[in-house]
Amino acid sequence: MKKIKVDRLTKVFGPHPEQALRMLDGGASNADIRKTGHAVGIADVSFSVEEGELLVIMGLSGSGKSTLLRCLNRLNTSTRGSIFIDGEDITRSDREQLLNLRRRKISMVFQHFALFPHRSVADNAAYGLEVQGVEPAERRARAIEALELVGLKGWENAKPGQLSGGMQQRVGLARALAVKSDILLMDEAFSALDPLIRRDMQQELASLQRRMKKTIVFITHDLDEALQIGDRIVLMKDGRVVQIGTPEEILNHPADAYVERFVENVDMSRVLTARSVMGRAREVAFPQDGPRTVLHKMTEGNDTSMLVVERDHTLVGMITLDALDQAMREGQQSIAARVQHDAPTLDPDTPLAEIINQMAAWPYRLPVVDAERKLLGVVTRPRVINALAQSRSAPAAQMLAPTPEARA
Amino acid sequence: MSLMTVPKLPLAHGIDVALDWLTAHGAFITKAFSHFISILIDGLVNGLLWLPPWLLIAAVALVAWRAAGWRVALFSLLGLLLLWDLRLWSATVETFTLVLISTLIAVAIGLPLGIAAALSTRTSRVVMPLLDFMQTMPAFVYLIPAIPFFGLGAVSASVATVIFATPPTIRLTALGIRQVPEDLVEAADAFGSTRRQKLFKVQLPMAVPTIMAGVNQTIMLSLSMVVIAAMIGAGGLGGEVWRAIQRLEPGKGFEAGIAIVILAMILDRVTQRIGRNPSAKAAK
Repeated sequence: MKKIKVDRLTKVFGPHPEQALRMLDGGASNADIRKTGHAVGIADVSFSVEEGELLVIMGLSGSGKSTLLRCLNRLNTSTRGSIFIDGEDITRSDREQLLNLRRRKISMVFQHFALFPHRSVADNAAYGLEVQGVEPAERRARAIEALELVGLKGWENAKPGQLSGGMQQRVGLARALAVKSDILLMDEAFSALDPLIRRDMQQELASLQRRMKKTIVFITHDLDEALQIGDRIVLMKDGRVVQIGTPEEILNHPADAYVERFVENVDMSRVLTARSVMGRAREVAFPQDGPRTVLHKMTEGNDTSMLVVERDHTLVGMITLDALDQAMREGQQSIAARVQHDAPTLDPDTPLAEIINQMAAWPYRLPVVDAERKLLGVVTRPRVINALAQSRSAPAAQMLAPTPEARA
Repeated sequence: MSLMTVPKLPLAHGIDVALDWLTAHGAFITKAFSHFISILIDGLVNGLLWLPPWLLIAAVALVAWRAAGWRVALFSLLGLLLLWDLRLWSATVETFTLVLISTLIAVAIGLPLGIAAALSTRTSRVVMPLLDFMQTMPAFVYLIPAIPFFGLGAVSASVATVIFATPPTIRLTALGIRQVPEDLVEAADAFGSTRRQKLFKVQLPMAVPTIMAGVNQTIMLSLSMVVIAAMIGAGGLGGEVWRAIQRLEPGKGFEAGIAIVILAMILDRVTQRIGRNPSAKAAK
């Protein structure tokens, strides 16, 4: 279901927007319009966001991405076009409807946190509830709940000035989560943080998102970040949309030279995921298999370990050659008792960089499973090395071989 | 052509006529106001003088200690004891009362005006030049029309004082609100604050240190004006100075002058710290 639908949205800054709109329709460039004392914020932007989707709007500064985001909760008033949220055109909302939209449906996280320095952390997190008129006891409880969600339990009574940048942005996130709105607007939310903390926050956002399934519109100028967290990416330039697609689509088929230039500098170990480097698990064992059957399968594939699954491909665990040997000496009928259940697994979206970390600590192949623990594939050392070697030896865009029509 | 051949604009005459008209038609309002204020001033002065001086001195020292620390408290204690000893106690109380009431009126007028000027560019365009006028016009000039409206004495003095001392509160209130960072205002908007909620929950609390700096200035200007207003019979420490001038008694003049300095320093240090306190706590 479409949560947000933006239809041919245009925003022009300046004293006589109608005049600028006419020029825009006549095909005038942004530079021509600037000469008349107007500035084109965004021009004819259309896209939609599915419920539960994390959409990244990506572009360099001046590309209009912040202007676009601020149109979505009417911090900026668009000049022309429509924005439908749950089917309702918010560009036509009156004052009352607008307050309601901002209080219940959309909340926002800011680049420089925008916390209120005179309020405690809990009172900051409770701000949205406070303006809604929620009772003090309830809003404090809900604010503390939101703070726990972002890992700030115990900091309720601190002032924002006492917290580090990363923690301050967690408060910003808690303030947005406390109102339990469906839609989250994040304006370069992690750009002001140190790279290491930024990465933590990205991962935390991803895990929060897996649990909460909000509809998120996330703005960034950092392609690595966009590829890392985005379900889909809207690439913008000069107030216009250049390309919309999943990270893979954008990497594989850059729409034009502009996107291609972006894509060239991507750190592939962060872009490639378990899904893109995994291979099929050709040989697997079943718990009811006898030890000799499994030994046969193992020697056939020249392996020293084997994954164990149920008939419906739910992962049970793994068994090593040593464990098999022991089962045979004990004369067991099946391998079930010797299966190791706590072997690590990978999520399909785990980035390659993290897989490499895990491989250092685990000598066997890593199974990739979905949320129901169904086996999707395996990641082996040779596959990882192969993927890395390819991405290092050639620019990403070439490695992923763009199709001829995308080049044209 | 010499300038002397151009007829002189009757500016002074015009102002006189206008003021005469206002006096004739508006004096009953101003006299009523005058009556009310003089009751307030007399009541407060008598109340404060009814208290034994040592009690009041102790109270001031306590307030100074809580607001600004022991150094200011010690200074207040010794300074006020000196004034008592110099037999200037009642004059000091009179001056302090006039400053207090003038400041309260000035803040009551200045705060809303400052907020209005911060929130509306149009209001700001009208108010700001008016403030320039009020502040640069020599303070004595206000005393002249104050007399026909409010009569000789403390009320005229406080009205002239309010006119002279309000501008800093207005200016710094407006400045404080305008200085609230743009993204905080945006955040308040983004969570669905009404204009009133935005003002009271974000803009005003954040402007408090700046507003208090304005109030501090207003207090200092009030004090200086209250002294000048002794010329129209405001009494107090200014009255002591005025009498010393007329009788050519430099010793007495300096005594009263030193008293004014002590009072000014106590008021300044204490109110300055009150303004800084909230932000100091926030920074800890």
